[in-house]
Parts: sequence; structure tokens; C-alpha cells
Amino acid sequence: MTNQKHQFDASPVVVEDLAPALRLSLRVKPAHRETLGRALGLDLPTRVGSRAAANGAEALCLGPDEWLIVAPEGTDLASPARAAYADAPHSLVDISDREITLRLSGPAVLDLLAACCPRNIAAMPVGAAARTVFDSATVILWRDGPTDFRMDVWRSFAPHVRSLLTQVRTEIAAGL
Amino acid sequence: MLLIHCPYCEDTLPELEFTYAGEAHIARPADPSALSDDEWRDFLFIRTNARGPHYERWRHIGCGRFFNALRDTVSDRFLTTYKAGEARRPLTNEAAE
Repeated sequence: MTNQKHQFDASPVVVEDLAPALRLSLRVKPAHRETLGRALGLDLPTRVGSRAAANGAEALCLGPDEWLIVAPEGTDLASPARAAYADAPHSLVDISDREITLRLSGPAVLDLLAACCPRNIAAMPVGAAARTVFDSATVILWRDGPTDFRMDVWRSFAPHVRSLLTQVRTEIAAGL
Repeated sequence: MLLIHCPYCEDTLPELEFTYAGEAHIARPADPSALSDDEWRDFLFIRTNARGPHYERWRHIGCGRFFNALRDTVSDRFLTTYKAGEARRPLTNEAAE
């Protein structure tokens, strides 16, 4: 697949699709977190919203016993997890196709997100991430830079989210 | 918009990220078949319907956790929130103010 980015004018916000990635939903009791983290080669963070990265994979703490792991397609994390199952019982589910990821960047990206997210996105630290709502759709927002975000959206919500993004981008471009 | 403190995320976040989930501290009877019809009806349907401070459950979309809250049903103010499984928070004067 060829990804071609058309940019006819200097847009205040750029919305682009990211290539598919491996996404895993991990549930494990806090007592077994360290053992499993060692097996996966990831230091699973304990504070909700914090992230850890190692060997191209990223782990995000979504809840007290819930993590989201994102890695390049083809990474094998299931085998080491299976090997550690006896010591650290857990649930590891492949949810790669459940979501698509959009990259949102540009100087007006905070205005764009503020239009649909009730949470104070500007106060979110760079390097953090959060599961939140975008209009009524549940999304996961990753803040990679001051004006650089990734947003994981469930496929079935994507048309709704895209139409809102297009509408708000038009309004921002028109200076509203 | 209401701002609600999530005891798991340790953050105060907008109401739209939360869902109301009924009255709190209602324990399921250990042996339902030993209950009379009236007792079972009370467990299923009869609620406090408090005017004033009310113990209730809420769920946060962000961390996916249920927690307990003490909310004044007249002023809609959240007096306190605490994790699920913790003992009922006493209704102190400071909290009621």
C-alpha cells in the first residue's frame, strides 16, 4: 500500500492514518505485574495514563490491572507470555483490528481536540496517554509532543470521528 | 459540567467520562434461595431514594473501574469519592458542608 500525503495548503491541523500495528489488551493482577513485565521485556507502568517503551513496543497503563501494548506488526509477544503463564496468570488478547490510529498534528491541534473532548487536553503532559471520550466515542489519546497526538478509534466509530474532525478542521481553517 | 475525582486515576475529570451505576453498598445475599419473596424484592428493587447525601456507584471510562461516591442529590455536589470495596465513608460535617 502506498501512503501518499496530499497537502495543498499550510493546514493548521494535519490528520493522517497510521499504518496498522499490533495491539494487545493485557489484564494481569498487580501481584504478577513484574513477573509478566520481565517476560515481555516491558516495564509495565503502574500509574494510570503513564507509558513505557522498549524494543519498539509500548505499554500504556489504562487501569489498575489493565494495559495496552502497541508494537510493530509481526512482533511475537504471545509466546513469551504463554511461557510465563504458570508464574503469572493473565489474559492477553489481540485487538489489532479493533481500532485504527490517526495522527493529529499541527499548531491548532489543541483547538481541534478541545472541540470534542471534555477533558482538559492542554493539561495532559507530553509522553502521557489516556482513554477518554471524543464526542461520544471512546478513544485513546497519546500525546507524543506539544502539538502531536495519536488517537486510537474503534473502527465502527471512525466514520463519525472523521466527519467531526473534518468539520472542525474546516471551521479552524476558516478562522471561526 | 460536574468535575468528578476518580480514586483510581487520582485525577479530577469531567462528568462525561463517567457513568452512574446505581446505589452503593448493596451486598448480594450469600444464599438467595433462603430469602423470602419480599426480602428478594427489597434487594432487587427497593432503594433509598435519598434527598441529600447519597452513596452511589460510578464508573470511569478512562480506567474502566467502578468506584463509590457520596453525592448530595439536592445540590449535585460530590462530597467524596473512594475505591470500590472500601468501607462506607462517614458523613462528617466537613463533607456535608
